[in-house]
Amino acid sequence: MAALAPPLLEIRDLVTEFRTESGIVRAVKGVDLTVEAGQTVAVVGESGSGKSVTSLSVMRLIPPAIGGIASGQVLFRGRDRQVRDLALEPEHAMRKVRGNEIAMIFQEPMTSLNPTQKVGHQIAEVALLHQGLTRAQAWKRAVEMLALVEIPEPARRADIYPHQMSGGMRQRVMIAMALACNPALLIADEPTTALDVTVQLQILELMRRLQREIGMGILFITHNLGVVAEIADTVAVMYGGRIVERATVEDLFDRPSHPYTRGLLASMPTVDRAARAAGTVARLKAIPGSVVDPRNPPSGCDFNPRCAWAIDACRAAVPPMFDVGNGHGARCIRWSELDG
Amino acid sequence: MSLGYVLRRLFSAVPLLLGISVILFSIIHLAPGGPLDMYTENPAVSKEALAQIAAAYGLDQPVPVQYVLWLKSMLVGDWGYSIRTGRPVLTEIVLRLGPTLELGGLALLISLAIAVPLGIISAARRGSKLDSSLTLASFAGISIPVFWLALLLQLLFSVQLGWLPSAGYKSIGGGDFMDRLSHIVMPAAVLSLATVASWSRFIRSGMIDVLNQDYIRTAYAKGRSERGVVILHALRNAMIPAVTVIAVDFATVISGAVITETVFAWPGIGRLFMESMDGRDYPMLMGLMMMGSLGIIMANIIADLAYAALDPRIRYG
Repeated sequence: MAALAPPLLEIRDLVTEFRTESGIVRAVKGVDLTVEAGQTVAVVGESGSGKSVTSLSVMRLIPPAIGGIASGQVLFRGRDRQVRDLALEPEHAMRKVRGNEIAMIFQEPMTSLNPTQKVGHQIAEVALLHQGLTRAQAWKRAVEMLALVEIPEPARRADIYPHQMSGGMRQRVMIAMALACNPALLIADEPTTALDVTVQLQILELMRRLQREIGMGILFITHNLGVVAEIADTVAVMYGGRIVERATVEDLFDRPSHPYTRGLLASMPTVDRAARAAGTVARLKAIPGSVVDPRNPPSGCDFNPRCAWAIDACRAAVPPMFDVGNGHGARCIRWSELDG
Repeated sequence: MSLGYVLRRLFSAVPLLLGISVILFSIIHLAPGGPLDMYTENPAVSKEALAQIAAAYGLDQPVPVQYVLWLKSMLVGDWGYSIRTGRPVLTEIVLRLGPTLELGGLALLISLAIAVPLGIISAARRGSKLDSSLTLASFAGISIPVFWLALLLQLLFSVQLGWLPSAGYKSIGGGDFMDRLSHIVMPAAVLSLATVASWSRFIRSGMIDVLNQDYIRTAYAKGRSERGVVILHALRNAMIPAVTVIAVDFATVISGAVITETVFAWPGIGRLFMESMDGRDYPMLMGLMMMGSLGIIMANIIADLAYAALDPRIRYG
């Protein structure tokens, strides 16, 4: 094995804050996360867990007037193999990274494309910006990208407007746009949430295929554990702005070691034909309580007000990340007792 | 953009114009006095002569009959004769249209050139000191009475400084470009103030709305600079809601700025309207107001066509 190259993306102790009228709100409270080239890391959590803010922080897409990275590092290994801390890069340098070395796709394909520009134009724009192509070359590139994301008749489709396409087709366009410059890292923020289930699966398959061909790392933000099982290599579960559990996909589903992860898994619908035939289908278990109010977080473990295992020690201090074996980590002081 | 659509819209404007004409005709006749009042106190005009003039203009008929007579001639393209000057209404309007188009056109160009950048900057820097001052300035611009501002400008630039002529279209015997320019500057500035103020507000709010859209975040994620995002992605979308306001203001300004033209003695449609109003010149007033109504209807059609041109989601069949 050759000398270990630094990872593609290494987030260290990231803290992101927002300025609001009621004071500073901490949305991300010290996140560590690593994405290797060619690997897919899923970040799972409810809305308000800080997963989207983490991804926007990497891209530095939070408007400075509202908030931004307060501390921590976002180490990114660029095409030149140099590692830079994106948290410290000036805005003009970030503009050369966005859409070029790190690309992003969003949850709402219906509203994420400019309604007044042709689809091909919007894809070509990225190539024009970063690759110094002529307009004609960039348009050709756009048509190639549409073919790559398996849109039939790409030359004709490049010449139409977003409203003339279905949601799934538009998400393919978003992917084409994101991959037009062969980015090393793709950040996908709930890319399948707004789509029909069958279309979701097609998009996930497409992303897996393109990852094999292009070799980019994917940071996949989702609240859907079913999607995680489908696409991710490793998973980080976020709650209240912190990662509460991290593991490989298999390990997480086999041995969930944080009460929150267990709650998430229990709230997933399953199709159990035998149970259905026997009439013993269990009701879905919702996690009681509601997500953390970032303006007024609980003391100690963020999850303790909703947790059936919570004890006084849970309210005293934020638990550290325990190694539960095999590189699997859980931020719960009672992780070893959960199965008891 | 189909020709059929435009024709249908124009056709559907006919009943609207008819309705407008009934209302306008009634309102004009509600005003006290009449076109012949200037003769009643004149000892040189006898009662018989007065009755003769009234009969000649149909003024001795009941108002509904007068309306039908007016409508009949209107339908065959006869706009009637001005009671004040005796010349055909259409001739008078065409004579006054040139100066109004010059003044209105210039004012609208100034308005666009100032309002669009102001609206964009305000929106991009919303909540900043600059935005607050522009907001304050535009409310001032909307609130300041035109005649008062016009008088102040005349006082400053004509009386105190002596830089610009206080009124008129051109100097007697003059009329070269610089002379005409010096006459048009003040009325054009006064006329554009209110439109700059209101348009920049509309563009600001349209822009703020658009800047919060998901596709703006997408544009930033592509690596666009703020300037690129605003100009290439936001502007066109932000102009869509402002188009109606701009188009209707266009029609209003072009159909004559009554106060501005009166204060600056500008020989345009607006002043003609004022003069005709004073003289209760019924045919002239009807002609001017029908033209204004037609202008506003046309402006709305043009606004709808502009929607389709700006937004590919809108198609008319």
